[in-house]
Amino acid sequence: MARGRWAVRVLHADVLVIGGGAAGCSAAITLRELDEDLDVVVVEKAHVERSGCLAAGINAINAYLNPGETPESFTEYVKRDSAGLIREDLVYSVARGLNEAAERLEGWGVPFVKDSHGRYLPRGKRSVWVRGEKIKPLMARALIYSGARVLNRVNMTNYLLAGGRVIGACGFSVREPKFYVILAKAVICATGGAAGIYRPNNEGPCRHKLWYPPFNTGAGYAMGIRAGAEMTTFEMRFIALRVKDVMSPTGALAQGARAAQINGRGERYLENYPDPSTPMRLYATVMENRQGRGPCFLDTTTLDPALSRRLKEAYLDMSPGILLKWADEGVEPHERPVEICGSEPYVVGGHGQAGYWVDIKRRTSLPGLFAAGDVAGGAPKKYVTGCMVEGKLAAEAAWQAIRSGDGARPMPEELLRRNIERELQWVMAPLEAETGFTADELEERLQKIMDEYAGGISCHYELCRHKLLLARDYLVQLRRDLARAKARNLYELLRVHEVIDRVYVARVLVEHLLHREETRWRCYQERVDFPHRDDENWLKFVNSRYDPVTDVVRIIERDYKELGESHEH
Amino acid sequence: MSIKIDRERCNGCGLAEEALCERICPGNLLFRGEDGRAAIRDARDCWGCAACVKECPQQAIHMYLPMQIGGRGSTLTARKKGHEILWTLRRPDGSEELFRIINERPEAVVNHTGAGGS
Ligand SMILES: Cc1cc2nc3c(=O)[nH]c(=O)nc-3n(C[C@H](O)[C@H](O)[C@H](O)COP(=O)(O)OP(=O)(O)OC[C@H]3O[C@@H](n4cnc5c(N)ncnc54)[C@H](O)[C@@H]3O)c2cc1C
Ligand code: SF4
Ligand code: SF4
Repeated sequence: MARGRWAVRVLHADVLVIGGGAAGCSAAITLRELDEDLDVVVVEKAHVERSGCLAAGINAINAYLNPGETPESFTEYVKRDSAGLIREDLVYSVARGLNEAAERLEGWGVPFVKDSHGRYLPRGKRSVWVRGEKIKPLMARALIYSGARVLNRVNMTNYLLAGGRVIGACGFSVREPKFYVILAKAVICATGGAAGIYRPNNEGPCRHKLWYPPFNTGAGYAMGIRAGAEMTTFEMRFIALRVKDVMSPTGALAQGARAAQINGRGERYLENYPDPSTPMRLYATVMENRQGRGPCFLDTTTLDPALSRRLKEAYLDMSPGILLKWADEGVEPHERPVEICGSEPYVVGGHGQAGYWVDIKRRTSLPGLFAAGDVAGGAPKKYVTGCMVEGKLAAEAAWQAIRSGDGARPMPEELLRRNIERELQWVMAPLEAETGFTADELEERLQKIMDEYAGGISCHYELCRHKLLLARDYLVQLRRDLARAKARNLYELLRVHEVIDRVYVARVLVEHLLHREETRWRCYQERVDFPHRDDENWLKFVNSRYDPVTDVVRIIERDYKELGESHEH
Repeated sequence: MSIKIDRERCNGCGLAEEALCERICPGNLLFRGEDGRAAIRDARDCWGCAACVKECPQQAIHMYLPMQIGGRGSTLTARKKGHEILWTLRRPDGSEELFRIINERPEAVVNHTGAGGS
């Protein structure tokens, strides 16, 4: 596919939103509500109807303030669960908007389960049940009705910068030879987190049976890294405790049906571990297995059999594969405990807190660029509603910036033309290579390095300096080998760019893991050479900036701040 | 986890420029082959989200578990109907279990702001 056949489309918009998931849809709709003259373009690599995390649906709103909970108590909970290190300002601002976001979803048509007072039915303290199989199509409908322009099937690859300011972004169509350049006064990044960095639980025919979508490959992180944006807390990876093999979430069983975690001897093993935080529930499971007391289960056998059917319905709304597991095993959910395991590590700011370093308005360190949702850092446990709140906050700030005249100055034609030409050449290069590495080969290499040297499943998530140093060396080499990637068609080109982005994310991740010399989060960041939590020296943020010219990741430490004090750029 | 496309049932969505399954897959995995029927680029790359299973008007797509993780022939198919979704779980012995689940509030009203989208 020769470069000459590519058509270049240059579009202009007031605001460009990259990624049409929970955060992106919320941002675009908010912008159009604020000002119906605003020209908003949403670019999505798949189709907004069923893209990203929400493709299969959801069965609970995981972040919601039930009666008795307040934004303060929510922030306190997230802080406790995250070993005391969070951006309190960000988490608090998320908490304040959670319930409104849930009501918004209901307004768009998502059916909530209600109690006899007409209130949302709690599933846990901070969650409510929902019949959310169709959440994504309903969100997409609201997006279309808002009047935002939607460009589906366009995969964004890099920002366009002028004088250090983000003035737009480039990408390619995954269906036809078209290259897009979108110039905007403000850009909101909402591309979700990154899966596929580590070797996954299953191989071969099930290699994509992940919990997090294998199609969220950290593009937004990588674009920011390559543009020199400041990133935060990549070292707080997220590792999910999931149903073995099918990788279905466990919330409906553990929280909804109150199934206890038991080991191979039938003991409730969590009682033997110091605290009941999310990482500890995972760590305990890993340890029980290592010490010969595995396998571990969620004990569904104490359930009322009548609940079995309700559970199956809840899973159909979010992760239908587990029904096949029960059917193939010839059991009902209450007849056999459900085996659980840890997933491969993900980089995802909506569960952990890896992502762009943003201020309270969700402005990144690059002027003109905002970030929201799983791609934004510092605020764990956002989930759907929290991501929507961040989309809204980013939209409000972008609109304010545009109104105050803080828009991009146009780039001189000639410079723009040269920039586009350079980006086009870089994006296309794998199509022109006659020989080289396929996306699969590069991905397998990346996943092997990360699994074996940077705390993957095969080493029980454990990290140590010497292995991380090897990971660093191998990743530097792999990054160079990316220049030898080859693709035969647009789909393979997409796959190649997905791997390229993940390699950049992995490089930054390894530097963060190396820098934090303590163990703050069990499993997520388990430094066996520094096995204790050290608040005296490490109650602070590890941030970084990448320099593309020298290929070096520079670490920056930032102080912890209590609620009421804000971080500014 | 993966899907299988029944080539007898698939009608390629007629003359539609983009088939419904092709449009919906979050991983860009589905396409129509030279015979006009739907196919998956690489079955290993399916996430198992079931979006295509729900979308196909011919119920030509079903979900199953590969043998590696214990698959023994159970299948899931789905059909959209008004504000509900109907699922059929078929077990290896041929027995079926049906589910009918609400997925949209019938009374939902969506705000119109601005002109329609593109
Ligand atoms: C399996 C699963 C189940 C979950 N269940 C629940 C639940 O029950 N309750 C709950 O509250 N939360 C749940 N969550 C969490 C919640 O879904 C996410 O936190 C939330 O959707 C993240 O929103 P986001 O907008 O950041 O990312 P997403 O919603 O994933 O959106 C990111 C979008 O960006 C697009 N994109 C990525 N790269 C590019 C690129 N280069 N160019 C253009 N577009 C791009 C993607 O295709 C995607 O559409 C679940 C998550 C998963 C994975
Ligand atoms: S949606 Fe169904 S009928 Fe249409 S092309 Fe896909 S499999 Fe065939
Ligand atoms: S189940 Fe989901 S990921 Fe798999 S082919 Fe269908 S739409 Fe694509």
